[in-house]
Amino acid sequence: MATIQVDGRSYEVDGKDNLLQACLTLGFDLPYFCWHPALGSVGACRQCAVKQYRDADDTQGALVMACMVPAADGSRISIEDEQAREFRASVIEWLMVHHPHDCPVCEEGGHCHLQDMTVMTGHSRRRYRFRKRTHRNQYLGPFIAHEMNRCITCYRCVRFYRDYAGGEDLGAFGANDNVYFGRHREGVLENEFSGNLTEVCPTGVFTDRTHSERYTRKWDLQFAPSVCHQCSVGCNISPGERYGDIRRIENRYHGEVNRFFLCDRGRFGYGYVNRDDRPRRPEWHGETEETVTLDVDEALDRGADALREARRVIGIGSPRASLESNDQLRELVGQANFSTGIAEREQVCLTRMRRLNRDAGLPTPTLRDVESHDAILVLGEDLIQSAARLGLSVRQAVLARRERLAEARGIPAWNAEAVMTLAQDARHPLFVAYPTATGLDDVADRCLRQAPDDIARLGFAVAHAIDVKAPAVEGIDESTKATAEHIAETLLAAKRPLVISGGSLESTAIIEASGNIARALATRGRRGGLMLVRREANSTGVELLGSRPLEWALDELTRGAADAVVVLENDLHQRLPSGRVERALSAARTVIVLDHQRTSIWERADLGLPAASFAEGDGTLVSLEGRAQRFFQVFEPRYHRPETRIHQGWRWLQALRASLKRRAVPDVTLDAVTRDCARHHPALAGIVEASPSADQRVSGLKLARQPHRYSGRTAMRAHLDVSEPRPPQDPDTPFTFSMEGYYGFDRPRREVPFAWAPGWNSPQAWNKFTDEVGGHLRGGDPGVRLLEPTEDIGDYVNEIPPPFTSGVGEWQVVVLPRLFGGEETSSRATPIMARAAAVRLHLSEEDARRLEAEEGDTLVVETSLTRLSLPLRVDTTLPSGLVGVPAGLEAALVTGDRAWLSLAPEGEEEPP
Amino acid sequence: MFTSLISGTWSQLRTLGMVFLHAFRRRETVNYPDEEVYLPPRFRGRIVLTRDPDGEERCVACNLCAVACPVDCIALEKGEKEDGRWYPSSFRINFSRCIYCGMCEEACPTSAIQLTPDFEMSEYRRQDLVYEKEDLQIDGPGKDHDYHFYKVAGLAIAGKDKGQGPDEAAPVDVKTLLP
Ligand code: SF4
Ligand code: SF4
Ligand code: SF4
Ligand code: SF4
Ligand code: FES
Repeated sequence: MATIQVDGRSYEVDGKDNLLQACLTLGFDLPYFCWHPALGSVGACRQCAVKQYRDADDTQGALVMACMVPAADGSRISIEDEQAREFRASVIEWLMVHHPHDCPVCEEGGHCHLQDMTVMTGHSRRRYRFRKRTHRNQYLGPFIAHEMNRCITCYRCVRFYRDYAGGEDLGAFGANDNVYFGRHREGVLENEFSGNLTEVCPTGVFTDRTHSERYTRKWDLQFAPSVCHQCSVGCNISPGERYGDIRRIENRYHGEVNRFFLCDRGRFGYGYVNRDDRPRRPEWHGETEETVTLDVDEALDRGADALREARRVIGIGSPRASLESNDQLRELVGQANFSTGIAEREQVCLTRMRRLNRDAGLPTPTLRDVESHDAILVLGEDLIQSAARLGLSVRQAVLARRERLAEARGIPAWNAEAVMTLAQDARHPLFVAYPTATGLDDVADRCLRQAPDDIARLGFAVAHAIDVKAPAVEGIDESTKATAEHIAETLLAAKRPLVISGGSLESTAIIEASGNIARALATRGRRGGLMLVRREANSTGVELLGSRPLEWALDELTRGAADAVVVLENDLHQRLPSGRVERALSAARTVIVLDHQRTSIWERADLGLPAASFAEGDGTLVSLEGRAQRFFQVFEPRYHRPETRIHQGWRWLQALRASLKRRAVPDVTLDAVTRDCARHHPALAGIVEASPSADQRVSGLKLARQPHRYSGRTAMRAHLDVSEPRPPQDPDTPFTFSMEGYYGFDRPRREVPFAWAPGWNSPQAWNKFTDEVGGHLRGGDPGVRLLEPTEDIGDYVNEIPPPFTSGVGEWQVVVLPRLFGGEETSSRATPIMARAAAVRLHLSEEDARRLEAEEGDTLVVETSLTRLSLPLRVDTTLPSGLVGVPAGLEAALVTGDRAWLSLAPEGEEEPP
Repeated sequence: MFTSLISGTWSQLRTLGMVFLHAFRRRETVNYPDEEVYLPPRFRGRIVLTRDPDGEERCVACNLCAVACPVDCIALEKGEKEDGRWYPSSFRINFSRCIYCGMCEEACPTSAIQLTPDFEMSEYRRQDLVYEKEDLQIDGPGKDHDYHFYKVAGLAIAGKDKGQGPDEAAPVDVKTLLP
């Protein structure tokens, strides 16, 4: 703590901060550009000038850059000083000298930090009458638009892209007045976090291309606090809606999870919500080929009749649906007939991971906490592909060595350039064991490219090297042993070692190996962490419901033990071989599907009920750290499209249950179904507390989903009816579908639909909502954690697989997760399809030579279940004997399968 | 009592006389609709969308008019031409809500939206007061004959590449080493 004087008044601040951070934390409006809470200061823009005085007698003072001066005890500064004000106003004026006359046609307008700062300093008239510098733009891919004229040379973009996210293909070019931020030549930005440029760049140089296509100003968007559904990390997002479509996804600050950044799948993968072919009314696909669309009551009647006639109804849940929907399905069909909808091999992994989270002796860190670990071992995960945002945190953990070194020399962590120069390439140790190259290899100490079984053996060997009581690996070769010992030593030497593993390779051996390492570290008293990656947004939560896997459900149907099935938001073809799914569905007399996408299962259902996506519904998800978080409905679909009959999955199922029992459909609310779910599953008891209930009020007000400047309310649906209907009411949440309600920042609240504070329209407004800049939300970070470790450390597991050997002419399949295209829903969004790399079969150089195949040749991969032909990519990092198949292509190909490869006969078609 | 009766009667008679005399004064009202009404050029009536001197749509779909409107009766959506020019793909004003305050015109950075001296907009059905873009767009530049937003903006459009605007230097060549 330090005491500083600002304009004559004393304040307590954190002495480790710089003056700018201290002032912003205190709530002063001090303009700045180049400083960013996550990137530190470089003093490039000169915007944050304040007057600093030596002591009480100093009346002259000197101008300093607040972001470059420590908030030392006893500092005296003035923000209001006339000279400082004038200086800041001239800096803006200089920055605007070349700024184009673009605001009306700029996508940043309305949430632009440059606009905010210009207003804040009072610059309003252009005095410069000479020629403006201009630049040419570049094509940067389907995600990011580029308009270089608007640059103010703050360097934030490259500092984020290169120094923070590890990207290499964005740079600063040119000199003095000519500086240019772009790629060395036009092309798609390669980094998986490029979308954050749209928020990091304080101007309209980098903007969201997917948003621009259907552009809406921030003040016209309707927001709700939501949670990303595109992987298991559980990043908080603010989706913005207008005219019944999601227009963009903004980062929603969460002090323990995503903080300032999202990955590109989460930010740009929302397009499936807006698809024209989405089912919007119940559909009946009868015996006659024709599809009949129904109204709600008819649909419920037909559904209830069909279920009433059935002998036994199976319910298939989904790890991409909310806990509430899954629980209501379970209520409808009964515990004995409910399946999680997860394939067995995956569910087994999930169960093991849940147990390890409880009894491996090490807690699961939050994403923020990941960054304070100082040695990391990743077993069998390519984090950038499977849990991208976690990968970004791991990168920070590894780079944090810089700050430790700087600290030892008294250089504050925020002094970014000095810290980087001092540390050069010094990093915390990171070991990555994975079959092929991963996105973190550039900062890894050692990359071990091995087959899944060998990764598991390595893991077991590490555990044994840490604690001899852990089972030893038989027949381990010397070099693996040496590697294992090296890793063990490094982990033991660290203050906070972290083990990361997960279900991507669907190997229980790898998961147990990581569990053994965690137990060994815990036994040796290390304050480490264990992080286990799951695949989908609610995988962790649905596993906690504790039910049987998908195979069981299909078998019950196939063998005739049940004759009706209700499938909840789950495209079964993505999980198990199509033949098996088809057999089960054709054996069933009645198939009812609830989904928000027109999947292949929907098409063949007897009755399809249009469920809400995350944008139209509320519910609870459990993320990979065991954090239960609520997402809230963004908009009411019927307001703009009165013909739609989309309802939350849980609402449909509740109504179906009532119709089945011939009761009137009751008015259920989200709070009631959440409470029910918590009551039914003791492990989920905490979810009620995940967010405030619908009766939360701030000063007696509900919370507004729309900014107070929301425009067009009396015109946007006037073509439908000139008399505006009453705005939709929301009995489920504390939010209103209007601008009426509380939207400010000074009454702390946990769930914030959008960040806005007077004078702060850009995402920088989040600084007003946090206890200190980059800290925690003042109202508390959303969510509750459900999976805390117990006191007892479980026993070591001895499931060491034999070493991997490749048979002659035989390969082992490894399914490689893909950030773009490897996930069910986001891969239905056009920009993600455009960004997804061409699918290729990965094969080692040696194997390719053996097959006499060359890069690009079409290869046929055959297993006992399926056959697929794909072009070849010679992967120099892959061990021979393995064949890498991109995820999301063919559910019948599973890691560990035996496969046979051959060159495709002349003329064989490549799949699209 | 008696005097107040006298003065009261006198006052009544005087008033009657004055009203009678008014019948011979010049008329202030016009015989609308038989006679045309004179409206000053800056009268705030029916709203139009104008074109720039080149005959292109002026509106760039910036949404400032919509946000300025106190009754929120303007709704529009952005479209983009092939050359990168923004334009409103739809533009709707609900005149049954409009109060003809002129805030939209004041907010417009391109002189696109303008109020005109026309108030003859009555309809029997309120729904007919909802004007779409084709009802609003006119062919001329309205009151502002010269302003051409895209000429002075930094965006490149067809016929005006980067560096070709007034007071614009040719695009920077980042490969040169010269200062
Ligand atoms: S492009 Fe944006 S972030 Fe990069 S230097 Fe220019 S203004 Fe700053
Ligand atoms: S890391 Fe996962 S949760 Fe976070 S933004 Fe990306 S896809 Fe969404
Ligand atoms: S004149 Fe006033 S009320 Fe009418 S559209 Fe313009 S801003 Fe709105
Ligand atoms: S303010 Fe002018 S340019 Fe902007 S949307 Fe309205 S009419 Fe168009
Ligand atoms: S923010 Fe301090 S110099 Fe840029």
